[in-house]
Amino acid sequence: MSNFSVGFRNSGTVQILDLKGELDAHTASELEAAIQKCQADNQVQIIINGANLLYISSAGLGVFMAYIEEVRECGGDIKIAALQPKVYNVFDLLGFPMLFDIVDLEEDAVGKFVVA
Amino acid sequence: MAATTHTLTIPSSTRFLEDVREFVTSHAEKAEFSESEVEQLKMAVDEACANVIEHAYHGETEQPIDIAVIIQPDRLTVRIRDKGRQFNQVNYQEPDLAKYAKAKKSGGFGVHIMRRLMDEVQYRTTGGVNECCLVKFRN
Repeated sequence: MSNFSVGFRNSGTVQILDLKGELDAHTASELEAAIQKCQADNQVQIIINGANLLYISSAGLGVFMAYIEEVRECGGDIKIAALQPKVYNVFDLLGFPMLFDIVDLEEDAVGKFVVA
Repeated sequence: MAATTHTLTIPSSTRFLEDVREFVTSHAEKAEFSESEVEQLKMAVDEACANVIEHAYHGETEQPIDIAVIIQPDRLTVRIRDKGRQFNQVNYQEPDLAKYAKAKKSGGFGVHIMRRLMDEVQYRTTGGVNECCLVKFRN
């Protein structure tokens, strides 16, 4: 049984994905499906809210890597917000802050899209 | 040196990775490793087993993966054994994130994570059995 889920919310034109549980090689396909759904809906301003994300492995990080260029090519972005410290450490371990916009607060990520 | 060994065998399906993480976390906590060390062990073992499933068994879901947590006074070792295809760790290179993103590449970080988090990562193949040992020394 999967202990991972993705919730969908909107803030204006921005699509927010609430990640909950443990994102690993088994559950990464659920995140991939969620991002594909955003693309199918022409929704490319995406915020990943990680407040309830308890764990991420390289398979989960790989999903962000696989889609970031496509989303940016369409004029959007995948911004990451509200990560728990131990999950942020994994992003940091692989140097993701160099490539991704990672912020503490979801509203700051929303604000960056509005300004952009 | 006295050693205590705990073992778990899982089928080669990603659905059991959660069980592996719980198994390793439980024994690392009982062995009184710190919270961050337990987190590192859990993640490294997850990566090692995910690699076995993807690369050694190519997605076959019913092959055995044997995991042993070996606790010694100065270290904790997690030994992962499989009988799948041997995969080459010699050509390992540090991942270049910008290149990976351009190439829309989603894999290849697991070995990097294991090496960054563990004090030692060793691979060997003997008699058709592949073995990966992840070692964390006590501080």
